[in-house]
Amino acid sequence: MLFLLSIVLFALVNIAPGGPLAGYGRSRRMKPEKREMLMRQFGLDKSLPVQYVVWLIGNDWMSVDADGDGIADSHGTRRGILRGDFGFSFRTRRPVLDEIMDRLPNTVYLMGVTFAIVFVFAIPIGIISAVKQYSLFDIAVSTFSFAGQAIPEFWFGLILILIFYARLDNPLTGESLLPSGGMYTLEASFSLWDRIKHLILPVTTGALGWIAWYSRFLRSSMLDVIHQAYIVTARAKGLRERVVLGRHALKNALIPLVTMVAVDLPYLFAGAVFIEMIFSWPGMGRLYYQAALQRDYPMLMATLIISAGIMIFSNLLADIIYAFLDPRIHYD
Amino acid sequence: MKTSDRTERRSEGLAADVWRRFRRHPGAVAGLLVLSLLMLVIILAGFSPYDPEKSDILSRLQPPSWKHPMGTDPLGRDLLTRVLYGGRISMLVGLMVVAITLVIGVPIGAAAGYFGGWVDNVLMRITDAALTLPSLLVLILLSAILHEVEIPFFERNSPMTIALVIGLLSWMTTARLVRASFLTIRERDFITAARSVGAGNLRIMTRHILPNAIGPIIVESTLEMGYAIMQESGLSFLGFGIQPPTPSWGNLLGNAQEHLSKHPWLAIFPGLMIFVVIISVNYIGDGLRDAFDPFKVLKQVGEV
Repeated sequence: MLFLLSIVLFALVNIAPGGPLAGYGRSRRMKPEKREMLMRQFGLDKSLPVQYVVWLIGNDWMSVDADGDGIADSHGTRRGILRGDFGFSFRTRRPVLDEIMDRLPNTVYLMGVTFAIVFVFAIPIGIISAVKQYSLFDIAVSTFSFAGQAIPEFWFGLILILIFYARLDNPLTGESLLPSGGMYTLEASFSLWDRIKHLILPVTTGALGWIAWYSRFLRSSMLDVIHQAYIVTARAKGLRERVVLGRHALKNALIPLVTMVAVDLPYLFAGAVFIEMIFSWPGMGRLYYQAALQRDYPMLMATLIISAGIMIFSNLLADIIYAFLDPRIHYD
Repeated sequence: MKTSDRTERRSEGLAADVWRRFRRHPGAVAGLLVLSLLMLVIILAGFSPYDPEKSDILSRLQPPSWKHPMGTDPLGRDLLTRVLYGGRISMLVGLMVVAITLVIGVPIGAAAGYFGGWVDNVLMRITDAALTLPSLLVLILLSAILHEVEIPFFERNSPMTIALVIGLLSWMTTARLVRASFLTIRERDFITAARSVGAGNLRIMTRHILPNAIGPIIVESTLEMGYAIMQESGLSFLGFGIQPPTPSWGNLLGNAQEHLSKHPWLAIFPGLMIFVVIISVNYIGDGLRDAFDPFKVLKQVGEV
């Protein structure tokens, strides 16, 4: 599956006209000879199928034209993604994998904190609104959940910056209450509070929609469970309400939620594109954005393939978790 | 009393029946009202005294006032006018994406659900593969490509092109949904009856199954319109969608970023429009879902 996808994605990336050298020729006009030399150095003079094979398994088995003089006179050095070589970025000329490794931890850090916050809020909200169905709290939550899912995160982020960066000031220092972007203050030495301050706005932006979605989701799966016969049985045995809800109801209501989370994982990372753009967060989303703007093929391909991999992996994970948590399910 | 009531209702058509239940959902009715009003204003945008694209240097960056209810942008253009024209694009893209997802999704889902076997297998593997594409990333890539390539009939920067790109990446849910409906309805007795009087496959699919599967399709299409508007705005926000000077809610918002602290109205209004439209569409979708599925409503209030 991943193999087929890689062909499709490779074709997509490479049919783009303008080509990867468009980024080079932007500031000053490039001489046609220089351009051809670069084309040969990057291996872009080959036909697409050949380029794909090189990308996949490398080119150390064929001779290549490393100095770009038109004669293939040296051995290739690329090893192909099957052997863990994603090639060099056209833009920075650094290995793609190095670039990604620089950025990936930042995205995982941001999204990890976001997800932790999402659960801290979504689980209690979901439980309470299910248990107290049609209470004032439930109605308020349901309204909030509709609003939370409809609010575009790229707008919500801007509004937060507007309020907490542009309008509100810290009463003690007179500076802006919260920073508008970045991971930490550049000149300052490491401080936990500084890190947290830089996290508040992006995390709030990212978390809102997910809190809305998961609290709603948990509410309905909790409602399904509460009306089951075994909950009545548990109550009839005289168990305390806390035990009935916590041990019997919640455990079963969480199964679909956990599965859902696994399925949603890739979307969480996709959302990072907007958040990282708005809050100038040096993560994968911005990396991809720049690569798309500048036609950095190896970078685009690497990011796309990794994302598709995550997508397939998380679907698989969802199935496995589901089967693990719910012993009634068997796969042949 | 009860019996006569029931017979009377049965004579109503599906549409009337759905509408009667739809009206009981206050959120959905409000959503429909807001959305219709907005559509009307957007259609009437041409009556605005201002031009959406012509700049007026003398009235740059004015805050909201009676003359300019949403203020003016850095080139002195009336923001309200631009927001309304942007709304045309968003609505157009939304509707076109829905059309595209239906054109692709319904036949695929119908064939897979009706014929089963290898047809189902092949079509669903394709659907799964399409679902595996990281859609936002591919969306960015495709629109970046389409900015430079000339495809006959699809002009660059036209709502049509954006809609095509979004539509090609979002028909899968519809296909799955249609397949599921066809799978269950196919087994019902009236299908066997239709076949026994000699109805062909195509006739059974279009005349007998499809009308019975219409509910979920309408609900899904409504919600799809919301997603599509959101995606178009997002793309334009990042600079990969509709390009200025043509206004769209996304690019208005994207260009407002640099003016955020001094001229916040530039960011507030376009985003507000996206928010209002999406929340209306979602409420309408919710209302339709309840209206098409009375059993669910009963279950919610604990009557079943």
